[in-house]
Amino acid sequence: MSKPKGSLAAHNRRVRYLLSTPYVLWSIGFIVLPLFMILYYGMTSRDGGGFTFENLKLIWSPTNRSTLILSIQLSVISTALCLLIAYPLALALRALRLKSNGFVILLFMLPMWMNFLLRTIAWQNILEKNGIINTVLSAVGLPKLNIINTPTAIVLGMVYDFLPFMIIPIYNVLSKIDDNVIQAASDLGANYFQILFRVILPLSKPGVISGLTMVFVPSLTTFVISDILGGGKVLLIGKVIEQKFKMTNDWNAGCGLSLVLMVFIFICMAVVQKYDKDAEGTGVW
Amino acid sequence: MVKRLLQKGYIGLVVVFLYAPILVLAVLSFNASKSRAKWGGFTLKWYREMLENEKILNALGTTLLLAFTSALLATVLGTLAAVAMNRMKRLPRAVMMSITNIPLLNSEIVTGISLMLLYFAVSFSLGFSSVLLALTAAHMPYVILSVLPKLKQTSRSTYEAALDLGAPPVAAFFRIVLPDIFPGVLSGFMLAFTLALDDFVITHFTKNARVNTLSTVIYAETRRGIEPEIYALSTVMFTVVLVLLIVVNRSKAKAAKKAAEKQR
Repeated sequence: MSKPKGSLAAHNRRVRYLLSTPYVLWSIGFIVLPLFMILYYGMTSRDGGGFTFENLKLIWSPTNRSTLILSIQLSVISTALCLLIAYPLALALRALRLKSNGFVILLFMLPMWMNFLLRTIAWQNILEKNGIINTVLSAVGLPKLNIINTPTAIVLGMVYDFLPFMIIPIYNVLSKIDDNVIQAASDLGANYFQILFRVILPLSKPGVISGLTMVFVPSLTTFVISDILGGGKVLLIGKVIEQKFKMTNDWNAGCGLSLVLMVFIFICMAVVQKYDKDAEGTGVW
Repeated sequence: MVKRLLQKGYIGLVVVFLYAPILVLAVLSFNASKSRAKWGGFTLKWYREMLENEKILNALGTTLLLAFTSALLATVLGTLAAVAMNRMKRLPRAVMMSITNIPLLNSEIVTGISLMLLYFAVSFSLGFSSVLLALTAAHMPYVILSVLPKLKQTSRSTYEAALDLGAPPVAAFFRIVLPDIFPGVLSGFMLAFTLALDDFVITHFTKNARVNTLSTVIYAETRRGIEPEIYALSTVMFTVVLVLLIVVNRSKAKAAKKAAEKQR
């Protein structure tokens, strides 16, 4: 029965290679190679296939520049709003002292079982000229709100669609903060705001960072929300990219724009990793 | 006391914000008028017609099949990948971790486009399987990230003890490791399933004209108006999930109660 010495180490090494190889191959095939495809198309010209920077420069062309700036503005605003809504919410949820995270996660993920395009379309009904909000407003004699097909409606749609992605990671870290830590701070004479800003906030940073990424990236690149709530009047950079593939068939230009956006996001990722040293354990969910 | 009330009120407010559009859609599913903007009286017509609308039923079937198979694939592959990564040495693990994070941080539009270009480069024709693989690839990192923390909590020595006692590695994995990490595996599956069910962007770029999911049907109809049958179908889906969750929670609570009584 006894095994030769070192067999466990040998076994572990064998298992490691056996299990790692498929995942390494998968990642190369489905993550790394596809990105190189974008790099390739983004850096070559459409008609000659030669090396060029023209596709990258497109992002700063007169028409795209304002689109990009608007996209960044709207996504920054909606990310900030999500944080402002989600943080107090996560604090309030923590105060409920539920036994498990399950209920909260379900409560905020359940809406995703109603198709998100449909949920966004429902906002048309709520915001429209003769929609629900305006019917209520005119019933009580208030002036009508005119926000459908404006950037405001798009920000609202972004906040609505991505808010759960801010709530869940923040709640996850907040619910794990030990009560004794807070008790200790308060015993040492810290008031509520000191506890909040000097104890709770620093401890919840990993959750806040994943929340920020999870909201900012999809808001920056969405084309669906602006299609539905912008009524085709507000153009965002995601739509410009989508049209390069689905309408004008100019893959090189589309890849050039995607590449710039991707690098922008990766810079954000580098910043994130700088601030969040042990990113591994603080998974979004 | 007032603080508690304020907290609960605030939670309620956000929940109303998140669920209000769902209520609107449920109301629309009973609207006799075909137009979204007009209330034409109460009807159950759309629920009847939904069962005869082949396009919608096909889309529903494709959506569910894609979501289920891609989530299953992502869960199996993702769990294996997590086990592998948990055993890797420091540097390779850091490299693989960064690569795993790419689809999480990358936008869906870039993920979708990049996979479409890959399929094109290797002349893999777009269709059901291209979408299936794309969804699997996009959602596997979520599974890995929910399994890894659980793996870190389990002790390696129980697995090694099982090997010492003569268990084949595969049996040791299924009987010792898997039960420990199962909550993580399950939540990874649920997450991958939910994301795939709700996906539009990745499907939009990796499908061909013949494959249609609910999302792509809805997107195509946003301009000319959604068929009311879709509201009906979505309301049914949402209600089924809601009821299922309540039943599961109830039975879980009951089981917990029984276990607590037994311990006494």
